[in-house]
Amino acid sequence: MEVTTKHAKEQKQGVLKRIAGPVVTAVNLDAHMYDVVKVGKEELMGEVIKIQGESVIIQVYEDTSGIRPGEPVSNTGLSLAVELGPGLLTSIYDGIQRPLSVLVDKMGNFIERGVTAPGLSHDKKWTFKPLVKSGDKVEPGAILGEVQETNIVHKVMLPPNVKPGTVKTIKSGDYTIDEIICVLEDGREYPMIQRWPVRVPRPVKEKMNPTIPLITGQRILDGLFPIAKGGTAAIPGPFGSGKTVTQQQLAKWSDAEIVVYIGCGERGNEMTEVLTEFPHLEDPKSGKPLMERTVLIANTSNMPVAAREASVYTGITIAEYFRDMGYDVSLMADSTSRWAEAMREISSRLEEMPGEEGYPAYLAARLSEFYERAGLVKTLNGARGSVSVIGAVSPPGGDFSEPVTQNTLRIVKVFWALDAKLSQRRHFPAINWLNSYSLYLEALHDYYDKEVSPEWNTIRSWAMEILQKEAELQEIVQLVGSDALPESEQVTIEVARMIREIFLQQNAYDAVDTFCDMKKQYAMMKAIKTYAELSYSAQLVGVSPAQINAVKAKNELAQIKFIKDYTPELAKIMKQMDDEFNTLRSAA
Amino acid sequence: MKEYRTISKIAGPLVFVEKTEPIAYGELVNIILADGTTKRGQVLDTSDELVVVQIFETTAGIGRDSGVRFTGETIKMPVGREMLGRILSGGGKPIDGGPDIVPEKRLDINGAAINPYARGMPADFIQTGISTIDGTNTLVRGQKLPIFSGAGLPHNNVALQIARQAKVPGSTEKFAVVFAAMGITKEEANYFMQDFERTGALERAVVFLNLADDPAVERIITPRLALTTAEYLAFELGMHVLVILTDMTNYCEALRQIGAAREEVPGRRGYPGYMYTDLANLYERAGMIKGQKGSVTQIPILTMPGDDITHPIADLTGYITEGQIVVNRDLHRKGIYPPINVLPSLSRLMNLGIGKGKTREDHKKVSDQMYAGYAEGNDLRGLVAIVGKDALSERDRLLLEFADLFESRFVRQGYDEDRSIEDTLNLAWDLLATLPVEQLTRIDRELINKYHPKFRTGAKKE
Repeated sequence: MEVTTKHAKEQKQGVLKRIAGPVVTAVNLDAHMYDVVKVGKEELMGEVIKIQGESVIIQVYEDTSGIRPGEPVSNTGLSLAVELGPGLLTSIYDGIQRPLSVLVDKMGNFIERGVTAPGLSHDKKWTFKPLVKSGDKVEPGAILGEVQETNIVHKVMLPPNVKPGTVKTIKSGDYTIDEIICVLEDGREYPMIQRWPVRVPRPVKEKMNPTIPLITGQRILDGLFPIAKGGTAAIPGPFGSGKTVTQQQLAKWSDAEIVVYIGCGERGNEMTEVLTEFPHLEDPKSGKPLMERTVLIANTSNMPVAAREASVYTGITIAEYFRDMGYDVSLMADSTSRWAEAMREISSRLEEMPGEEGYPAYLAARLSEFYERAGLVKTLNGARGSVSVIGAVSPPGGDFSEPVTQNTLRIVKVFWALDAKLSQRRHFPAINWLNSYSLYLEALHDYYDKEVSPEWNTIRSWAMEILQKEAELQEIVQLVGSDALPESEQVTIEVARMIREIFLQQNAYDAVDTFCDMKKQYAMMKAIKTYAELSYSAQLVGVSPAQINAVKAKNELAQIKFIKDYTPELAKIMKQMDDEFNTLRSAA
Repeated sequence: MKEYRTISKIAGPLVFVEKTEPIAYGELVNIILADGTTKRGQVLDTSDELVVVQIFETTAGIGRDSGVRFTGETIKMPVGREMLGRILSGGGKPIDGGPDIVPEKRLDINGAAINPYARGMPADFIQTGISTIDGTNTLVRGQKLPIFSGAGLPHNNVALQIARQAKVPGSTEKFAVVFAAMGITKEEANYFMQDFERTGALERAVVFLNLADDPAVERIITPRLALTTAEYLAFELGMHVLVILTDMTNYCEALRQIGAAREEVPGRRGYPGYMYTDLANLYERAGMIKGQKGSVTQIPILTMPGDDITHPIADLTGYITEGQIVVNRDLHRKGIYPPINVLPSLSRLMNLGIGKGKTREDHKKVSDQMYAGYAEGNDLRGLVAIVGKDALSERDRLLLEFADLFESRFVRQGYDEDRSIEDTLNLAWDLLATLPVEQLTRIDRELINKYHPKFRTGAKKE
């Protein structure tokens, strides 16, 4: 990671006074909050997090073993920032934007310390195509030109925090990110790279209300609890309930143009799985490897805890940068609980007064600041872009009343409640349909009307009603057995079972079922509803529930999700179903 | 080397030393007692005025007159090929009467994080010969799969059976075993040692023993020594290493003890707030490295206090490890060995190690179907208690019977019974065949036609 070059000034050296794990104290250091400092003879990177009289307290992003009191500390005078420019896509970074592949070259298979590596390649030449000409007026955030980065076009922009100006010269051709490609009339010069401090949101012209769903290809999400482009969602769940698989499915199949995936304090082997799998998976839209639209940030649980704290900010800043180009970006953070724990760990080393469960009192503020960086926006250059944020939460013991889950739920609009009971019976995705909710249904109503079917919103409510009804009926069944229910309700139980097993269950590992578009979702739900209607009407004319249950076509419906060109097969099944019910009715 | 006699305070495992030269964080410290014995410790906090040292042994005998020597280096352990077959103390000293280890290398016991980019993806199926693991919660090389157990349950037998039977089908290499005992009783330790000797496993094992009466704080370094050894064997010598850590609960207790002595702000149930990071630093030392031959597979064992899976120790472990094998008291009471309850058990890396070319193409779907059937049948047991068997529908009655069969035939097996994966899957099909075919919704027709006993035999007759 590099630091912003402005405000740099001569700094005098300080001296280390105390070292206790990742938090160290220095004296005689001129410092401001969140300045980046170099600690000790090895110049480990750290950040000022507290100033107390003469003492400056610093969190260090690397292991501090072997550092002694008396070693020097120097202030760079800059805040923690990321490098933004062509080369971000397909990169894999640690929490402070050091490319992991470069680190392997520099220090081998294990993460050692004291090695810096810039976030972007400064040698590689990119073909820059200008989109402005000499004499054009440019506002901050204006698009100067573009670079074909992967199959994604990277828009090169004027930084957002500068004065407007008039283009004097603009270049065209192959340049590195440091070479000047644009000079303004007043003499200001700009290369393709820009730097932005991670803890500061990038400015936009206007925030708008989301109206388009982020299509994920996951039936329970798109169908029942959709998230809008620019929206926020939380996936809390106990371990083993499938948080990570759900996050990875979203990263793979969501119809965002850019995906930023933050592995924050999670398992090394899981990151490896992502790293190995993504380059081989195809983007369903472009047919190119998914990796070409992805930026990965991997700060596993055993990497330094302070870098874990920073990783979330690094990720969201990169996401905002692509949003400013006018892209729809989705950001997955797995898991925000580990981020909160990193805050707690640093806070307790600072001997701050703890809030609930030892978390710092500012936990809620930090979480809301982070989620508020999501949104559908009009960018400074007038384009429409969005950042959707989906945060996994890992509540201890699966208890949703703990502080991280509760503070997250107060902010996010969509809640996908993972349920260990469902995952134990291998109902995947193990999202509980009774506890989950989406506050975007109203906002997305028109979209579904137009793009899917005018019937969709009604069908969705119908399905939710059946599921709700089933939950009530199950309580009775637990007491008296299912045969004691009225016949119409026995039909309801069966229909609910079909919704659960056919529609809600989805196999992430099946080549076809892993992604299901809205049309197919509609077709499947519609087929179940048709079955329900036929059943109820048959039951009214006296067909017994046992006879209805014996309808063969019903069992065939379950296979539809595994079939790619499902339409002919579905038509055949529906025809067969109709025939079977006709026979039943006429016999009754 | 300078010796200080400026100890100002001793509290629990911590010794506070004043007026030193600049001392490095994490430095190894020797405390010299009046009778000449030496105790080892590590710097936890260092500043101009005060250095806090954590002692790895009992602080008995340390007084303000004891001498303190700072060694100038962090804790390193000597490692070498000859460690195989040796028994060492929890602090790494030979206790089998043999000579000292001749070091080929000295390694920092804290290890370093494997760069996620350099990690190899675990993909080799390990056959443990236990159906509930191989069939439904498959272990793969490089995975960390803990056993969650309770006091008085046969988790040690399960661990030993895994260590004894573990092999990668088609590979003749045997696993090297690194065994780290933390705070277990001498009796339990003997049980492990006898089994290692009986089966000849000892000659390819390195054993670290910190017993119940050994200093609790020594437990902090025992797993680190074990994992450093394992990494050396795996990544320098190219061996496949199976690490058994038992009992992690004792390790966490020691961690809490030190946290309390340091007067830290406690987290849940008094355990330190950094316990997640601390445990991750151990568990994450499992894995493989791209382009290298060896691997470290971990099987930590922990006893859940009060059989409570939400207890911080089990909870944090579950969030770090790639699944868990849960040993269950009810099954144990029913006399079923190994009493593994598959419902809360999980192997996250299972899908990487199974399927066509690795185990069998039907593995994943058969496993899902077994789970679904057992879960539903198990739920019905509650209902039967109220309404009686006669009130059940035919479908439910079959599921109920399936759950019983699952426990008595699939879960139950002998302590020395080594089932191949073929046997396990065929057994699964035999059980699934007791259910109507239409009910096997998790398995596609093609596989049913190929593997279902009814169609299999039918096909032969034709």
